[in-house]
Amino acid sequence: MAKQHITTTINGEPTDFLCEPNDTMLDVLRNELNLTGSKEGCGSGDCGACSITLNGRLVCSCLMLGVEAAGAEIETIEGMADGENLHPLQQKFLEMAALQCGICTPGMLIAAKSLLEENPDPTETEVRYWLAGNLCRCTGYDKIIRAVMDTAAEMRGAA
Amino acid sequence: MTDTTNKWIGQRTIRPDGAEKVTGSAGFAADTTMPGMIWGSVLRSPHAHARIKSIDTSKAEAHPGVKAVVTAADIVDFPVDTPYPLGIQDMRWMCRNVMAREKALFHGHPVATVAALSEAIAAEACKLIEVDYEVLPHVIEIDDAIADDAPILHDFIEFEGKPSNIAGTIEHTKGDIEAGFAEADLIIERDFTTRPVHQGYIEPHACLVSVAADGKATIWSSSQGQFMVRAMTGLLTGIPQSNIRAIPAEIGGGFGGKTIVYLEPLATILSKKSGRPVKMVMSREEVMRASGPTSGSKSTVKIGVKKDGTITAADGTFWLQAGGLPGAPVRGAVGCALAPYDIPNGHTLGYDVVCNRSKVAAYRAPGAPLGAFGVECVLDEIAEQLGMDPLDLRLKNAAKEGTKAVHGPTYPLMGYVESLEAAKVHEHYNAPLGPNQGRGVASGFWFNAGGESSAQVNVTEDGNVVVTTGHPDIGGSRAGIANICAEILGIDYKRVSVLIGDTATIGFSNLTGGSRVLFASSIVVTESTNKIIRTLCDLAAKIWDIDPDAVTWENGEARPAGANAGQFPPLTLKELAARANESGGPIGESTQINTTGAEGGFGTHICDVEIDPDLGTARVVRYTVLQDVGRAVHPSYVEGQMQGGAAQAIGWALNEEYIYTEDGRVDNPGFLDYRMPIASDLPMLDTHIIEVPNPKHPQGVRGVGEVPLVPGLSAVRNAIYDAIGIRFNDLPISPPKVAEALDMPKAAE
Repeated sequence: MAKQHITTTINGEPTDFLCEPNDTMLDVLRNELNLTGSKEGCGSGDCGACSITLNGRLVCSCLMLGVEAAGAEIETIEGMADGENLHPLQQKFLEMAALQCGICTPGMLIAAKSLLEENPDPTETEVRYWLAGNLCRCTGYDKIIRAVMDTAAEMRGAA
Repeated sequence: MTDTTNKWIGQRTIRPDGAEKVTGSAGFAADTTMPGMIWGSVLRSPHAHARIKSIDTSKAEAHPGVKAVVTAADIVDFPVDTPYPLGIQDMRWMCRNVMAREKALFHGHPVATVAALSEAIAAEACKLIEVDYEVLPHVIEIDDAIADDAPILHDFIEFEGKPSNIAGTIEHTKGDIEAGFAEADLIIERDFTTRPVHQGYIEPHACLVSVAADGKATIWSSSQGQFMVRAMTGLLTGIPQSNIRAIPAEIGGGFGGKTIVYLEPLATILSKKSGRPVKMVMSREEVMRASGPTSGSKSTVKIGVKKDGTITAADGTFWLQAGGLPGAPVRGAVGCALAPYDIPNGHTLGYDVVCNRSKVAAYRAPGAPLGAFGVECVLDEIAEQLGMDPLDLRLKNAAKEGTKAVHGPTYPLMGYVESLEAAKVHEHYNAPLGPNQGRGVASGFWFNAGGESSAQVNVTEDGNVVVTTGHPDIGGSRAGIANICAEILGIDYKRVSVLIGDTATIGFSNLTGGSRVLFASSIVVTESTNKIIRTLCDLAAKIWDIDPDAVTWENGEARPAGANAGQFPPLTLKELAARANESGGPIGESTQINTTGAEGGFGTHICDVEIDPDLGTARVVRYTVLQDVGRAVHPSYVEGQMQGGAAQAIGWALNEEYIYTEDGRVDNPGFLDYRMPIASDLPMLDTHIIEVPNPKHPQGVRGVGEVPLVPGLSAVRNAIYDAIGIRFNDLPISPPKVAEALDMPKAAE
């Protein structure tokens, strides 16, 4: 099969790449674009470690084809901080030790950011259900949930 | 104890590797690439048990894009009749686990591997390899494996003079158990089973290996020990250790499952044959079929007590599945089962049973949860029958300083009793329960470990500090090390960088396991840092032209020890670093020690569950972990270990299990069907840190990470009993089982 030429926008930057029609977006990010912050934990949409947003919507990049990025706006973990200025969620994850090994962290952060954009004042239950698609085996989720809720409160206060 | 002002020890500092981890720039094994890199893929056995009569790789080798093919013939053989121990592993089994030799021993067992220009070509070429199998009858479950007519996996294993699937036993005896049971007023004996569960790390095994033209190999891989990777890969490939540089990538979870190699030797030989760097990454399905898990078990536990609750005798028999090759964690089961208690007459016996499953790997306190499960459940029943509070029963029999354990040692100062006392007065233990809710408690023990550890501490020319250690950081250990070094030096922790060295840049360090890392690395880092302070004081003495003994180190500065020493303004670390060449030159110290004094750890858990009477689901609604950690150098990561262990225990108790098909295949090799706890399954996991400092450690540290998995299975199970009055002795206590027990046939479907 001939490779497809795709033009897209990733983290605000115009980007183009070549991919096979059956390459996943995760393959493209990791292998073609060297954006390895998105992780492959399962390849079946069960762990959320590859979470990105596609036109503002939270998706598992392992379940999306690279060709679907054509003309879209993609955001990945690499675009979350503004240079040395971490996003409030990133900062709070560090302060509250909401990560241990860190492999689920990029997906968890992308998913949490997406939650707070949709619901700036989530209850604990809402956070837990929103993040139910992001597996973490290290933390038992406690510090992650607390960090997301604390960030939400902080961002509401700042707004 | 080191005299410290405790400015940093006990503080919740930002971890040194934090920014990389939250921005996606941290380099995990699968994130690494090299120019000219090609991809490896593994051909795996489609049979649970089969003799390999021949392998023809010629079609695969001729396939366009294929650069190398490897079979067992390329891997160094370790004959089955000659034990070759390496740590707790044996290379006889390692060489047969990384690649099937005489036989395929489980569905998914590697049979050959191919390196090609792309993953797709490598996978295609695997299909062209022709393997002539003689399919043999297989055996999956323990009862089937120890039956008289069981298919025998290995003709070289005999038990009691006959070919057998029992590969070994471990036994501990103290006192006279028959006499002890004769003294008892109440004896309870019960049978239990647990299912194999996977460590469940989110990062699949991965490596990149480049073997240069001179035969020198560089390995980037995700493991719990770069020195383990070097040693095992060296032995399996014949490459001397001095020619292997194993670089530890950031590791995306291990929990014991990354304490052995799977891919590294294969990629090394593929790279050597092809002359190209080779990358290999397991799929989740491969992880589930062919790595880990921990053993399934069956056990019988019998405990006798006086009317006042005093244990007179305890006896436990434990059968653990090893998978296709020997090596179930029997020692953990027989050693830890009775360890929390002062028992005059005790006996434990464990069996290592081979069967046609993937070879087990270590999992957080390997074997200990299997031993503790039955014991903590029987104690719950005894407490009920005696009308005693279950914590009081444990307090009555709690091991303490001076107790001689059934597994041998006499305990030093430790905080088990404190964990029980704290549980008793904890608000959680005394809170009212709601409808359909129940509360359970249980305790647990893990040995902990010390062992070889190395540190290099260097003062930079601008007066900051770089610490290099040799144990992969699996959950925040670098943060603890930074706290300790900063504390001793009296400088801001942000001035201390902490790195994990590779096998060429730091001295030998045992793998990240046994809850050793902060215990062992803080010993060597403390020693190196103290040596540096002596060097800095010597330098100040030279500058001031006074006796070195007349200089002290305080708050990051050298000062004259007293008025008699002379009047000099203090010299800071920065000032001294700038003047290092005035006395001896660069300032840096290495320490390499076989550390000792890692005493065991104890914890107690309180669990509340709520049963949904319509669905049969058991939901944990409140959970508290109480544990003696010695000293919490970084409380957040100590709590994190306690919470993570509890979450894994909850999964083990309620949902996780391998399901096999009739033909011996894992039927749920993915996260959808192998159901680990997700965020919406769990409540907050409360922690109560108890600090009874380990007297044999400079900061009082005990291992923390493994204890919190041990009590959880029984705490959940005992809570379910309290809720609905049914004692489940077989894990997991999944919704269909609860529904059936509650006579809810519709929900069970």
